[in-house]
Amino acid sequence: MRDNITPVQQPPIVDIKDVWFGYDAARPVLRDINLSIPRGAVVGIMGQSGCGKTTLLRIIAAAYFPTRGAAHVLGRSTLELDRDGLYAMRRKMGMLFQFGALFTDLSVYENVAFPMREHAELAEDLLHDLVMLKLQAVGLRGAAHLMPTELSGGMGRRVALARSIALDPQLILYDEPFTGLDPISFGVIVRLIRELNDSLGATSIIVTHDVQEALGVVDYVYFMAEGRVIAQGTPDEIRASSEPFVNQFVNGHLDGPVPFQYPAPDYAADLELETS
Amino acid sequence: MPPWTKIADDMRGRFERLGSNVTSNVWRLGFASRFLFYMVLHSGTALRRFRLTVAEIYFAGVLSLVIILVSGLFVGMVLALQGYETLQRFGASESLGVLVALSLVRELGPVVAGLLFASRAGSAITAEIGLMKATEQLSAMEMMAVDPVARVVAPRFWGGVLSMPLLAALFSAMGIFGGYLVGVQLIGVDAGAFWSQMQAAVDLRNDILNGVIKSVVFGIAVTWIAVFEGYDAPPTAEGVSRATTRTVVTSSLAILALDFMLTALMFTGGKAG
Repeated sequence: MRDNITPVQQPPIVDIKDVWFGYDAARPVLRDINLSIPRGAVVGIMGQSGCGKTTLLRIIAAAYFPTRGAAHVLGRSTLELDRDGLYAMRRKMGMLFQFGALFTDLSVYENVAFPMREHAELAEDLLHDLVMLKLQAVGLRGAAHLMPTELSGGMGRRVALARSIALDPQLILYDEPFTGLDPISFGVIVRLIRELNDSLGATSIIVTHDVQEALGVVDYVYFMAEGRVIAQGTPDEIRASSEPFVNQFVNGHLDGPVPFQYPAPDYAADLELETS
Repeated sequence: MPPWTKIADDMRGRFERLGSNVTSNVWRLGFASRFLFYMVLHSGTALRRFRLTVAEIYFAGVLSLVIILVSGLFVGMVLALQGYETLQRFGASESLGVLVALSLVRELGPVVAGLLFASRAGSAITAEIGLMKATEQLSAMEMMAVDPVARVVAPRFWGGVLSMPLLAALFSAMGIFGGYLVGVQLIGVDAGAFWSQMQAAVDLRNDILNGVIKSVVFGIAVTWIAVFEGYDAPPTAEGVSRATTRTVVTSSLAILALDFMLTALMFTGGKAG
């Protein structure tokens, strides 16, 4: 962990205990997940596409609820929350969606102002200052008047980031924040995630499969495969891991526990070749 | 396998599919009803921050004005041409104003305006909500502790419900004007007879109010179907496209069925009493 994160005896901001979840009972997507995320950390949840990491993020966001086990977020079990309690919890959270999810009928300025307008009755002058402050933090104060359709992918992601920190959240969730970004935009987003987390005193959870890039920004990593946490540790520990799946994933090997070939019948039989 | 076994299997398959369709439609209707109930219950934001609803009145109502007014004008003109042709056979061509006005106010105004409203505004509402869902804008709202039903769906619903009677009234007014242009200005029916007979025959409660009630009911039905289809659309391009088509088809059928029921209740029932 970075130096600014001191091991104070505070309860973890997210505590997942024995969580199982499935969209239908026969096929669990998450199996017996246990993880604990301390306040102030930037934590990565990594793994192959379809391993259940986004589902886990949605369990943390209380968009889904565990079928077994419990998810304690910001000190409350999500299962105990009614609608008002859920919304009260989400006011302390921010979430960056994979493609930004900006409101296409609102300008950049109005997108960032949206959560403030909905939850705080601020004078227009004060609202303006706050929006400009957030946009300045992501380097897009000059783009306040633009519409989302006029932004590049990277700019859109930065506006969405400004919107997700509009209410100074305690917990920021990132769902595949690096997807489809060019190297410059990627570098900007990585730097912003770290800086905003530290300056706001927040906690960040990044769900991603861009392992090498994400390992440069996170303090701790949970590695998932087939709905389970199969490895965890600091970025250095993950890079040095001997776990075959982690090794294949981190180093991008063609073959390994995840085979190159999708299971298929015999090749010769498929081509209807005679064997003598 | 004997042929009768194959036929029996085929029949059983058909019945199973029929049963499954009926069950799923009843289930969907129940879900849509709960959605309507929830939406009405959470309409506080739409009514408290009325500018949200006003924006939707503009979107669903004002932007539909051109098609409504032009259609109304042409329907009225055609009605006058056809009506005159028939009425003059019985020497009643001066009742043309009555025929045009009653046809429009009681029937064609609410029904045709409703059908046009479903095609123009209903489909747009479904597509907009469906795309907001597909691009995770609704999920983003949820994550910001903002209820998308209260913030996005309810204003669109009330905007549509308030717009529809106004559009139907404008359609009828424009139709009567079209009837006047053709009947009086083009064919030469006496203007005094045209207007005075209309004034004498059209009843405020039995004709105009009943027409308004119809248009309110159609407005509720069309907008309910439109917002529900959008909200329930699978978050894919195909899902949104199908939902938009379903909105137009279901709304049109609903308007025609409701029109028959309301007409039976209002006019037949009223006269029998």
